[in-house]
Amino acid sequence: MKTIAGILAATALTSVSAHAADLEVTHWWTSGGEAAAVAEFAKAFNEGTEHNWVDGAIAGSGGTARPIIVSRILGGDPMGATQLNHGRQAEELVEAGLMMDLTEIAEAEGWKDVVNPPSLLDACTLDGRIYCAPINIHSWQWMWLSHKAYEDAGLDVPQNWDEFVASAPQLAEAGKIPLAVGGQAWQSNGAFGVMSIAIAGIDAWTDVFVNKNEETVMGPEYTKVFEAAAVARELSKDTKVQDWNQATNLVITGQAGAQIMGDWAQGEFAVAGQVAGEDYTCLPGLGANEVIDTGGDAFYFPVNDDPEITAAQKELASILMSKEAQVAFNLKKGSLPVRGDVDLSAANDCMKKGLKILADGGTVPSGDMALSRDILDELEDLLTEFWSDHSYSPEDAQKAYAEIISRAE
Amino acid sequence: MRTTDTPPALREDSSRPPNPLFRNLTAKLASLPMVLTALVVFVGCTGWTIVHSFTGSKLLPKLKWVGFDQYEKLWNTRRWLVSIENLALYGIFSLCFTLVIGFTLAALLDRKIRFEAAFRTIFLYPFALSFIVTGLVWQWILNPDLGIQSVVRSMGFTSFEFDPLYNASIVIYGLLIAGLWQGTGFVMVIMLAGLRGIDEDVWKAARVDGIPVWKTYVRVIIPMMRPVFITALVVITSGIIKVYDLVVAMTAGGPGIASEVPAKYVYDRMFSSQNLGQGFAASTMMLLAVVVVLIPWAYLEFGGKKHD
Repeated sequence: MKTIAGILAATALTSVSAHAADLEVTHWWTSGGEAAAVAEFAKAFNEGTEHNWVDGAIAGSGGTARPIIVSRILGGDPMGATQLNHGRQAEELVEAGLMMDLTEIAEAEGWKDVVNPPSLLDACTLDGRIYCAPINIHSWQWMWLSHKAYEDAGLDVPQNWDEFVASAPQLAEAGKIPLAVGGQAWQSNGAFGVMSIAIAGIDAWTDVFVNKNEETVMGPEYTKVFEAAAVARELSKDTKVQDWNQATNLVITGQAGAQIMGDWAQGEFAVAGQVAGEDYTCLPGLGANEVIDTGGDAFYFPVNDDPEITAAQKELASILMSKEAQVAFNLKKGSLPVRGDVDLSAANDCMKKGLKILADGGTVPSGDMALSRDILDELEDLLTEFWSDHSYSPEDAQKAYAEIISRAE
Repeated sequence: MRTTDTPPALREDSSRPPNPLFRNLTAKLASLPMVLTALVVFVGCTGWTIVHSFTGSKLLPKLKWVGFDQYEKLWNTRRWLVSIENLALYGIFSLCFTLVIGFTLAALLDRKIRFEAAFRTIFLYPFALSFIVTGLVWQWILNPDLGIQSVVRSMGFTSFEFDPLYNASIVIYGLLIAGLWQGTGFVMVIMLAGLRGIDEDVWKAARVDGIPVWKTYVRVIIPMMRPVFITALVVITSGIIKVYDLVVAMTAGGPGIASEVPAKYVYDRMFSSQNLGQGFAASTMMLLAVVVVLIPWAYLEFGGKKHD
């Protein structure tokens, strides 16, 4: 298939124009829904321009792909464009002048006016210049509840975190795992992040993550978070799976009551043929503080000597931000579009909840934007240890957390 | 080291001394690429790494000096300390069991049993699998819902519990099982080759003197196999220090940080945390550990010969 398509594309290109370029695009969207989504971009690019999208998918998660991408750019073998999470991951690459300046296109197409929330574009901006094109918004702040598990236990589906905790003992009696949390470090870390926004509130969270104020970590709001996390690790101790989608599967099959996981879990429910509101419930912000963070993906365009490639890169940047591509991509991906002015009537219940929160301005920057990877990884090490070692007291974890925050830049 | 040594035969040839630089010129020319590789890649890059471990390099290496800060941070990091402890436990057990089991299997196979080739293939087969595959397979076998625990429970022993990968205090032994399963076959083959190299007459002499078989092994055969043991030791030890993929495939360092190892710390700090300085500091500590073990051993092994 690929070779045939390649030959066709090649012949088509030679007959159309001599300025066509092959643009290699690297990303780590390899699961079913993700691959379908990125194919929409490829289609828009191949049809909308005379250039050719060369897919450079890297299997594995961002943690696997990111080092490969970065080392290729550093090693002088840059790809045409690459996915990265917007935030501080690429900061040094931009500072070193390895990424293309997109300010001209952004100004010509008025990105500033259409990108919502504006923090997305801020995350792409360094010293007033724009270096990346935001693609989508992924938020962590979701709890997914299995209707089947609650029916089996003869309970109503809870509508917020406190109700959920109250229902947990009866769920456990019915032989269900109350809270499914996969064994990988980032999952317990992410769940903790969600709990801290939902329980400590936006102000306390902002003070810690944006202002890096370690005194707030030791304050009463965060004490509650650590206590809640100690409860949560107790509720999740019977989850004997590693991957997040295996944990989601426990919720889908009704073996577990709930999972705290980002909106990408939605794809798993969709693949299993489940309907939001009927088979599962989604609670943004644990039903307590309805906010979502605005992490997500962005495309960066490494600097290239070849003027043809540079031209193609610019065309791709503008296509990625176009209304049509945004809608087609995000519907398949289950994420929210970065433009506030597109029509997403085809979205499901959970996506609509997310869109409404977005329209109401209930957003916070993602951890990726606020803190460096180094600090984020240290927090992750701390929380995964806390989560798995039940003798690690919440007070000690709180102190260690404050200590790491005090070192953040 | 081996590439720069002059063959022993030349040392005796001291009747007419030509310029020692041009002696055996072809061999020296031929080994030049390897010498350069060793100097530039091994020595050069090691030096570069050590130098940069004293800098505050983040994603890109920069010569921004921070003194011993990276090391201070390293030794204050719980995860690093846990990693060291894990490596020590894994190392000691892995070394002992691999040698003992490997030699025992080889000795048993050497007793001229039937179907020797079949057994040898079975024992060696796991070595053909990568650590990633080994790790994945054992992750399933040790998974309480899929593997051993569920099989034993389905036979009626419902209170049976065996979930090393989900229990922080014994997870390192879960890794050890998989590591041994993968590695002992290879050591067995090395040992078997060594046993086959023992002259049949030694056995005959021992039998004539009426020495029991086990005593022959312990007192005669094992001391005769010293070079084989050294080879096995080097292979096993280098495998232990670089253990990384097995952990990634089986536990990803979990539960919590209970099965972290130093190599994983280095990789994660360098590439995931984008903190090169910290990763370099950790790798320098690993190098130091190897050097501390290697220098006394090399001194004993090679230094003594000159006084023969």
